[in-house]
Amino acid sequence: MAKSSSKRLSEFTAANHPVRRFRRLKEKAIELLLFLAAASSVLVTLAIVGILVTESLPFFAHVSLFEFLTEREWTPLFENAKYGIAPLICGTFLATLIALLVAIPLGTVTAAYLSEYVSPGLRELLKPILELLAAIPTVVYGYFALLFVTPLLQVIFPDMGGFNILSAGIVIGIMIVPYVSSLSEDAMRSVASHLREASFAMGASRFQTVFRVVIPSAFSGMTSAYILGISRALGETMVVAIAAGMQPNLTLNPTQPAATITAFIVQVSLGDLPHGSIGYQSIYVAGLTLLIITLSFNVIGMWIRKKFQERE
Amino acid sequence: MSNQRDPILKNIRRRKVVDFLFSLAGLLSLLFALVTLLALVVDLAVTGVPRISAEFFMNFPSRFPEKAGILSAWVGSLCVMLTTACCAIPLGVAAGLYLEEYAPKNWITQLIELNIINLAGIPSITFGLMALGIFVYKLELGQSILTAGLTLGLLVLPIIIVTTRESVRAIPNLIREASYAVGASKWQTIRYHILPYSSGGILTGVIISLSRAIGETAPLITIGALTFVAFLPTSPVQSVFPFVSLQWLKDPFTVLPIQMFNWLSRPQAEFHVNAAATGIVLLLMTLVLNGVAIYIRYRFRKKMKW
Repeated sequence: MAKSSSKRLSEFTAANHPVRRFRRLKEKAIELLLFLAAASSVLVTLAIVGILVTESLPFFAHVSLFEFLTEREWTPLFENAKYGIAPLICGTFLATLIALLVAIPLGTVTAAYLSEYVSPGLRELLKPILELLAAIPTVVYGYFALLFVTPLLQVIFPDMGGFNILSAGIVIGIMIVPYVSSLSEDAMRSVASHLREASFAMGASRFQTVFRVVIPSAFSGMTSAYILGISRALGETMVVAIAAGMQPNLTLNPTQPAATITAFIVQVSLGDLPHGSIGYQSIYVAGLTLLIITLSFNVIGMWIRKKFQERE
Repeated sequence: MSNQRDPILKNIRRRKVVDFLFSLAGLLSLLFALVTLLALVVDLAVTGVPRISAEFFMNFPSRFPEKAGILSAWVGSLCVMLTTACCAIPLGVAAGLYLEEYAPKNWITQLIELNIINLAGIPSITFGLMALGIFVYKLELGQSILTAGLTLGLLVLPIIIVTTRESVRAIPNLIREASYAVGASKWQTIRYHILPYSSGGILTGVIISLSRAIGETAPLITIGALTFVAFLPTSPVQSVFPFVSLQWLKDPFTVLPIQMFNWLSRPQAEFHVNAAATGIVLLLMTLVLNGVAIYIRYRFRKKMKW
């Protein structure tokens, strides 16, 4: 009895038993399946870059790169079309700049406050509420910018129109505060506490410790936070499309209406554009430009982070 | 003596004042963010809540603002969310499991990891452009619910992958070793131990990604979602054989944020009221989803003490 069962067991545990062979095969198949799922994310990137490039190339058969970069007007859907990307880039950077002027001070100070001044219990309560700011749909922010912030700003600038880049930029800034503050706070809190204690032991105040010890040590992590904020602001679409007026406008005056790259894509997509027309190609060119700008900021961020990590 | 100590005392007093001022600045900036959140909700609620009624949910959009409703929009949002979930959850969880449990340390893994970080930073509208070029024109899926679901699914994929990885990584190795010690294979270990123990974290990630997808507007406008839809997708249940139909996947659609955008871009204030009401519905859905996610995270953190 005992002998036969041990024999069966040894049969089963033999390396080439069919049950074990099947099980090995199944394990391999599952691993392959999971690998394919992970690799598919690379496919998405390839698809995005590939389609943006292939749909943009015919555009440059019509328009020279020189005209694209130097022309001061962007009117691809007009009778006398002009294809200068400058107004769209200008609008994008202006909106992003305003957003960062709001988000970086607010986000950094909030992060320092949450990390260094507030008790852990209160922090656990406040952080999810703050993160709600990032969860609100962007179209709701658009409503807020158009019908709440703009009338408020018109009190300060009475001759400002209903559509302007200023209110859109401010609202984007508020929207990205949690992106900046959350990652910055994580970076600040991961600074070793003995550094803080050493600073306190030398008689430094909390304020001095934050600015002389914590922030310099957390800087590489804070850079990631800022870069994330920048990419969000660059790619933000609905707030600008709703509140900034969708008019390509080469201006640095934030009280004027303007269009960003993203707003232009939305504007064109709302109409009915035949596949393969120059208008259709123009949104791909705009998208490619946006992607290049975003990726270069990401690369700069990575480079800064690497520099600082080396120094530490 | 007092001459010597005076400047030091002054210095200490000055630093205390600066310290206090900075903590005040921190409090104010935090309050500013919270007050803005409150202003946004209150502003939307004051305008929108009186407009919300049963008819508002049961009516199609209309030329007449007082008759217009969000029936096609919320049904569309629901269908798109379902498709998004079906596309993103299996793919995201599988990718997360592979990267955490299987991936060898080589350049392919590094490439995939770098790619996921970058994917999360790509503007959402470029996903829309990709979907327009590939799903709509190359694969000829049309401007349909399926296209929208796939687009949003790929958009939220990094969120699900990252949260899956985080919750899988939190499981201590001794669980895996115990499972191997009683003869379980790698997949059995994952299937019966890793997945159940990380399900709370994964669920949180799934809910967060759905709340992100429900408010996403730009990529759906880019693929050409209609802004005026006065019909519903084909019913999934049919009276004739085979009784279920997937025809709804190929139907045109609109979603809540696009409906809101459409009303917001009209000049009449009556339509802005409709936009505010839609905004309240959208906001409530987002808040509920996020609330559930926070609750699940809290529950699991309490339950799982390794």
